[in-house]
Formats: sequence, C-alpha cells, structure tokens
Amino acid sequence: MASSLRSFLRSGKNVVLVLGRRRFHGSGSAAVQVTVRDALNQALDEELERDERVFLMGEEVAQYDGAYKVSRGLWKKYGDKRIIDTPISEMGFAGIAVGAAMAGLRPICEFMTFNFSMQAIDQVINSAAKTYYMSAGQQPVPIVFRGPNGASAGVAAQHSQCFAAWYAHCPGLKVVSPWNSEDARGLLKSAIRDDNPVVFLENELMYGVSFEMTEESQSKDFTIPIGKAKVERQGSHVTLVSHSRYVGHCLDAAAVLAKEGIECEVINLRTIRPMDVESIEASVMKTNHLVTVEGGWPQFGVGAEICARVMEGPAFNYLDAPVTRVTGVDIPMPYAKTLEEHSLPQVKDIIFSVKKTLNI
Amino acid sequence: PGKMLTNISSLCGACCSPRRAFIFVLFVAVQKCDLHKLDEAPATEVVMTREEGLKYYHIMQTIRRMELKADQLYKQKIIRGFCHLYDGQEACAVGIEAAINMSDHLITAYRAHGYTYTRGGTVKKIMAELTGRRGGIAKGKGGSMHMYCKNFYGGNGIVGAQVPLGAGVALACKYQGNNELCVCLYGDGAANQGQIFETYNMASLWKLPVIFICENNRYGMGTSVERAAASTDYYKRGEFIPGLRVDGMDVLCVREATRFAAEHCRSGKGPILMELQTYRYHGHSMSDPGISYRTRDEIQEVRSKSDPISLLKDRLLSNNMASVEELKVIDVEVRKEIEDAAQFATTDPEPPLDELCNHMFSNNPPVEVRGTNPWAKLKSVS
Repeated sequence: MASSLRSFLRSGKNVVLVLGRRRFHGSGSAAVQVTVRDALNQALDEELERDERVFLMGEEVAQYDGAYKVSRGLWKKYGDKRIIDTPISEMGFAGIAVGAAMAGLRPICEFMTFNFSMQAIDQVINSAAKTYYMSAGQQPVPIVFRGPNGASAGVAAQHSQCFAAWYAHCPGLKVVSPWNSEDARGLLKSAIRDDNPVVFLENELMYGVSFEMTEESQSKDFTIPIGKAKVERQGSHVTLVSHSRYVGHCLDAAAVLAKEGIECEVINLRTIRPMDVESIEASVMKTNHLVTVEGGWPQFGVGAEICARVMEGPAFNYLDAPVTRVTGVDIPMPYAKTLEEHSLPQVKDIIFSVKKTLNI
Repeated sequence: PGKMLTNISSLCGACCSPRRAFIFVLFVAVQKCDLHKLDEAPATEVVMTREEGLKYYHIMQTIRRMELKADQLYKQKIIRGFCHLYDGQEACAVGIEAAINMSDHLITAYRAHGYTYTRGGTVKKIMAELTGRRGGIAKGKGGSMHMYCKNFYGGNGIVGAQVPLGAGVALACKYQGNNELCVCLYGDGAANQGQIFETYNMASLWKLPVIFICENNRYGMGTSVERAAASTDYYKRGEFIPGLRVDGMDVLCVREATRFAAEHCRSGKGPILMELQTYRYHGHSMSDPGISYRTRDEIQEVRSKSDPISLLKDRLLSNNMASVEELKVIDVEVRKEIEDAAQFATTDPEPPLDELCNHMFSNNPPVEVRGTNPWAKLKSVS
C-alpha cells in the first residue's frame, strides 16, 4: 500500500492525505500516520507556544493559512502579532526578519518557494549568515528561513530550482533538508531553537505524504540534532546518500535491488551544512561503493561536495569504484510532463547507477 | 543669532565663578524644516544649555579628530581596505543621539565611525578596529564597515540592506512593547534602492516605530544627486510617510527634528522620514580624492560657511556661553584622547591566528573548519 501511495504521488499530484491521520492523545500505544505538512504545522504551533519571541512572517502565511497550508490554523490561534502576512517584497521582509532577530526576537521567515529567496539572498548571506563572525560574537542572528525547495510538478523553470548547493556553500549558515515527517518535525524544532541562521529546505511534493511517527517523535521536546545524518536502511554492498524527496526514491530502488541480492545502505543526510561526512565515510568503509542522489543540478552540487570530501578522507582508500552522482539533468526545468519526469532522477536511474558502480 | 534672556543672565551671574559669568541657557532660532505631509513642525525656537553646548562641541570635535587621524593612519598604510570618513557630517550623528535614548536603536551603512562613537563605542576600540587589532571593537574581525555595540547594529557594507534591517529592529520594539524606536540611516546614493521602498511600505502598513533618515551629502560616491535621482526631494520619497528636510550642519536643528520625529514614532503614528542636508569633506572613501566630481571651491565654501563645529563654536562664543580658553582645553583633551587611541591602535597586536575560525555560530559546541588544504583542520568555538 505504501509503495502504491508513493507511485501515486510520484506522478506529480499534490494530494492532502486524509487516511489514518488520527492525532495521538494520552499515554501508551501505537504510532500514527502524519503528513509532512502536519508535522511541520505541529512543530510550528508548539514552538510558537513555547517561546513568545518566535513569530512567522511571509506571503499568505496568516489569513490564507499558508500557500501550501503549512501554517494552517496558526493565525487563528496566535493572531496578527505572531503570524504576519507580508506584501510581495522578499528583499524587504527578509531584511525585516533579520533585523528583528538581531533585536532579540526569533523570526521564522517563509519564502513561498526558495526560488523567490533569490530576491532576498543578500539579506540571508550578508546580513544573516556573516554577522556573528563580523561582530566577533556580539551579534547573533537566530532566524529560520523556510519554504519549499526544488522541483514541484509542472511549475516550469523559474519555480523549480534546488538551492541546497547555493546556501550550503556559505559559512555562517546551517542548511537543513528534511525528508519525512519525523525529520520535518524534529529538524524544524531544532532550527527554531538554534541561535543561528538556518535555511530549512522543504519539498512541496512531500507535504502531502504520510509517514508513521513514533510516540517519542510526537513529544513536544522531540528534536533532531542539526548536522547528523540517519541511516534509513542498512546494507553491505553500496551506500546511497541522498536528501529530501530522493531518500524515498533511494529506498524504493533499494527494495528493487534487494530482490536481486544487492543490499543498499541508504543514508538520509537530513543536514546539508554542516554535512555529516563521518556517517558517509563509516558506511563507505563498509560497502566500498558510493552513489549520491539529489534533485539539484550536477555542477558544484551536493553530490560534488560529497565526492570531494570522500576523496579527502579515510574512506577514499576503501572505494572499489569512483563515486557516482545521480542528479537532476543540467537544464532549466521544462514544463511538459514527460520532459519534466526525465529531468529528475527516477528510481530506475538509481538502480542503473548502482549496477554500473558495482560493475554489474 | 541668539536671543538672550536677561533674567536668566542675571541669575547666572549669581552661580558662576567671580571671574566670568556665562549664559547658561540660550534660546536659539534654527532654520525651519521643509515639511511633507505634516501639519506640525519641529520647534524653530530651541533651547541649548551651556552644558549641552560644551558636550556637543566635545563629541563633534572627537569625531572630527578621530576621522582625521584615521586619514593619517590610512595614508601611512596602517589602516587598509575601505575607510569612509565622516568629517563634515558630525552634526548629524551628534544631533540625533541628543534626541534619543541609549535604549533606542540605530543602524547605518558604512560611513559609521561617528555613530559607533555616539552609540557608546570608545575611540580606542574604534581605531583599533580600523587597524585590525585584537583590541578592536569587533576584535579585528569586522573592520571599518562592521562595528557593533549595544543597540547599534553597524556598520553595513551592502548599501540599502540596512534599511529593512532597521525596520526589523523597530518591529521588535513594537512587538516587545518597550516604547523604543529605531533610527535607520542611509545616504542619498542608497536612497534609490528598491528594498528601501519595500521597507517604506511595510513600515507604514504595520506602523513600525522607525525614523528613516537620509543623510544627503550631495554625492553618492562620484555621482551627484542630480545625476542619480529623478527626484532629489529625498524627504518626500517616502510618499505616504511624513517627511522633514533638515539643515544637517546645525546640531540643534538636527536634534530638534529628531525629537519631533521620535515623538511621532513613540505616539504610535508609525514611521517618519528625515532628510539631513549635510556634506562630507573627504571623498567617498580614502581611495577617492573627492575632487573629480566637485570643485575645491565648493568644499572650501562649505568649510568656511557651514562647518558644524564652527557653527556651534560661534554660537557658544558669541552668546557668551563659553570661553575661547575652555574650548581650547576641550581641544587639547580631544587631541590627547585621539593620540592615546592611535598609539594603542598601532601597537596592539593583531588577533591571534587561533581566533581565525571563531564566532561562526552562537551558543554552539566547537566545530571543525576546513582550512586551505585538506590537512588543515581548524577549530572554531562560539
């Protein structure tokens, strides 16, 4: 059922799943199904409640309940002071958010998509990321920039870019990229509680996907440490490293490959910067093969960085083949459905790449 | 010209030293401000006490001398990189500070040494930052354009970016309900930045307690205002935001206008915009001689007719509020302070190399930072 769900969603439909979304109340018992959207929503709600310095600002976050409904219900609960609708002025409101952080508040600045963050990128890099260093520790900037990143479905070139590599290039930023609901919840809480600028890259196609969440991960103080990757699946033949939506693709590929006797270890980066290279190295030293998978473009990307880091560290001597990168195609995103599908890594591309890497 | 109140004058006689009776309180007429969307205006009859006059003189002279010393050190190559000097504009920084509280907030762009001082930075720490030493106000990590102290948010290198930041600080003031405001400065050059207009819009919509101040010194680097702006009425550029155009060379005029603006903000009316007409004697920065786009005659004319320190000095002397000798004493004190600071700034050591990677993140466990090569694993602590 889970895999048919995934194929349904992979076809590009953005569906809010209603099935099995019971809330967990009281003690004892089962894990529940929670969509990524709801996990984010709950995390926002809990952090707004926990610390009155936290507030959310962005386009349509308040009265519209969020362009993608991530902030549903928050304005009704917290009002105009804490949930602020902005005009279409990214550079302006990102700067306002950074200034508010400098003056003691803890803003969450939403970009409707990270494509629009390019308008404001100077505020993210020059005003937020560099200030603690330039001031020799006098001026912290506790801010979260969040929003959907990367490809969606049929939104064409200007609305489909992945910014993981752009932001992760810059010292002074933490860059986080959750995959599932547990990631979304735990990492968003950590990001909001972090006293530093965090770029939080969500994925629009994942918002409606449901995942099982443990009791522990539903607790109000559940956080996932920034900078630590997670091994989602153990394996011994090849390491697959990915972030965000493509972790799911890797797990799908691993399931298919397992039938042929190839056991993949799938690592969910969770954080792009600082990258948990140790986890990758430990895995490579076990499997001797590495394939990176990302939605972004190949040049100067996340996979490129992983290649460089592995070469510089102890795991290089354990590689039986060069590292393989599976990436988006090096073109602006086309609109037509078939073209779009072929612009992004598919499960079959991962399977193919694993076999090539293993020389099978 | 000032008007003297003879009543006060005779009162003063009773409480001064037998050798000299000074005027302790002066009523002064200052230039009227041009108004935009305002029915009321700042006072044109203002009060200056002797104490205030001497204080403003001291502070302006300190800024002047500090900037001239920086010029000297730059030419000796002891200061490097960018250095944007404030001499000529002292009345702006001093007048503004005189009308706000230390608990208020202020942010400006890169011509920031004067404001760093009025906001509480010491000359010693400012100069040591210019020379890039460990005793600098940012431990040598920031330099001329990135100086910070309490309620002073720099020092910002990307001109225009500081304006949304300042509105954000004001948002925090309103959010926290602390009756504080933010003074948010930019120049005639930056005044054409789009993000400033985005900020005007949001600050107005949300009634943020921010005083936008355009320091119009007639030139954005080498471009005169006429060549850069379709409308040089910077005080009107906020359109729906009320505005004032102020004589930025008269410290009392600036103070009075800022008082008026602060009252406007604190009463919940939202933002207000002030244009200070001022002048910089130096070029845009130390690499600009400042005479290719303006004449030496123009510079000389401002110096002789409108120098802010001279204007104040004349006011104090011609109204018998201070003596030539005591102003000289202040000059000597200032010179000494600057000399001592320069001495420190040239002898203090540079920051140690093991500080290189520190201050990446606040409240963070130590992290490893990659150096120039894969074997260089450097340490960074909060």
